[in-house]
Amino acid sequence: MKYRNPDEQGFYGEFGGAYIPEMLYANVENLRRVYQDILDDPTFLKQYHDLLRDYVGRPSPLYYAKNLSTKYNTNIYLKREDLNHTGAHKINNTIGQILIAQRLGKKRIIAETGAGQHGVATATVCALMGLDCVVYMGAVDIERQAPNVARMKMMGATVVPAESGSKTLKDATNEAIRDWINNAEDTHYIIGSAIGPHPYPDMVTKLQAVVSEEIAKQIFEKTGKDYPDYVVACVGGGSNAAGAFYYFLEDERVKLILAEAAGKGIDSGHSAATSILGKKGVIHGCMTLLMQDEFGQIEEPYSLSAGLDYPGIGPMHAHLITTKRAKVYAATDDEAMQAVYELSKIEGIIPALETAHALAIIPRIGAKPDDNVVISLSGRGDKDLTTFMNYIPN
Amino acid sequence: MNKVRKAIEEKGSEVLNVYFTAGHPTVDKIVDIMQSLQENGVDLIELGLPYSDPLADGLAIQKSSEIALKNGLNLNILFEILKQSKNDLATPVIMMGYYNQMLQYGDEKFLDKAAAAGVSGFIIPDLPMNQYESQYLDKFKERDLSMSFLISPMTEGDRIRQADRLSDGFVYMVSQSSITGKTGEISDQQIQYFNRVKDMELESPRLIGFGIHDHNSFKTASAYADGAIVGSAFIRTLENGFSKEKVSSFIQSIRG
Repeated sequence: MKYRNPDEQGFYGEFGGAYIPEMLYANVENLRRVYQDILDDPTFLKQYHDLLRDYVGRPSPLYYAKNLSTKYNTNIYLKREDLNHTGAHKINNTIGQILIAQRLGKKRIIAETGAGQHGVATATVCALMGLDCVVYMGAVDIERQAPNVARMKMMGATVVPAESGSKTLKDATNEAIRDWINNAEDTHYIIGSAIGPHPYPDMVTKLQAVVSEEIAKQIFEKTGKDYPDYVVACVGGGSNAAGAFYYFLEDERVKLILAEAAGKGIDSGHSAATSILGKKGVIHGCMTLLMQDEFGQIEEPYSLSAGLDYPGIGPMHAHLITTKRAKVYAATDDEAMQAVYELSKIEGIIPALETAHALAIIPRIGAKPDDNVVISLSGRGDKDLTTFMNYIPN
Repeated sequence: MNKVRKAIEEKGSEVLNVYFTAGHPTVDKIVDIMQSLQENGVDLIELGLPYSDPLADGLAIQKSSEIALKNGLNLNILFEILKQSKNDLATPVIMMGYYNQMLQYGDEKFLDKAAAAGVSGFIIPDLPMNQYESQYLDKFKERDLSMSFLISPMTEGDRIRQADRLSDGFVYMVSQSSITGKTGEISDQQIQYFNRVKDMELESPRLIGFGIHDHNSFKTASAYADGAIVGSAFIRTLENGFSKEKVSSFIQSIRG
């Protein structure tokens, strides 16, 4: 168990912990005391898995992408999280957290969102359970992800624009944390990424772990081997990668590959390639790798994709990267866009722009003809249609 | 005894700690603001280190931080300014910043420079008490720098005791479960909390902050603690520029 579980204080190696102002301490500590017991409780597990099956539509298929495999001369399997209800992996976590919030007796839910997928997944479960829902979203993201904003509103959520800083995911997260400070007693904060103070990274990871649990079973059914040679996932904060990797973290036969957003290029000054541009520091309550200047001011990341432009990365991922358990590649906006068009044309699947970063790096990972490569197809591209239509290929 | 604790004990009651963000409204007024605060009998000066992501702060301090950073203020500049002016300033200066700022600057270098610049203590709201105790307490003591930890209405008794034991400046009582900058009246519920902590008979003096914005709130807070901290209200006073008159009439309006 070198990689999978944080220690008592929430540290994965040197990353993690809980660096929070005192006003959040009681809530976070309360969650820390109970979350593991809830996650292990048979009644909770039954509710969670029933909803994942009947409401979300799990298990999601593992699809052998024949045309893509031929093109890259290897065996590519797509884990179809895009086929989940609400169109991405995000709902695995929100289903779990809404059940936890109910057990804590919370009446009001807040969330941050970048691309809007987590916001939609949160609004969905709040509608399902009849809880009030407020979603913070960067003003810039509200503009580039209009369909998701409309979805959240239809389901009764209030969408509050974050107008500070770069007006994207980082700032939405700041606003959500401030809301939680102001409404500590009745509110649960559903963080959507594997970030934040302990126990959030671990809790979100464990609620997303169902993805890799299914992959392990499905890859055996399809290949007769009980493990894939590669698992590839895009990473912003890291919930998708955490879920796709979890089951394989201690199995060193499985190569774990992260795809981060290079934006306009790693050295362009417009990038979100945290593992390369980041240094150790504190963001949103945890010690991790983050993009910052010499004075610790957090830098504004850039990516065309609203789900990956986060200046930090989950503490578990920071640990996987620095210990070299996971390897990171960066894909630019252009490379991701080409991957969107490629998958659409040759497989008939339009992926989310975030997901496309994982597709874009396939040629670089060194997969051999006999290898089995699982790519987490974390979300569908409907929300990005405007971006796709406005894109002028270079 | 460090300068912060000494100033509070000498004053005895109605201690006034005034916060402002270094570099707001302008970098060249930092020293003038501090001197005006001193001339007007402020007991402690709390200097905010502007930060890109001030999680615990409301709009007034967020905006002032953004402006200060746009004005080019950074720690090198600030330490230099403080060093130049430290001989003209008897009032203890406390720095309030986020842990990442100290971490990136290099923690020992950060503390050395602060001590050399005449800083008397720190408030670092997101530095966990346990980590402070194991990693930093000795380093602070060696340099005669005080630390003040926050407690909130939701902080449990044993944790209040821990904050008391580790705070050699004062215990910073966050007046309500909220970010900075609220302007409402102090409620009965808050007074119950003030009394609950008062009855614990802590070793450290207590200052109440968050939402202290006028004479009434200052008086009420001072009745239940050794004094109070005013921040956002003072920032708003400085929004359209500094003048000595503004500072003196603001302090008068708080003290009454």
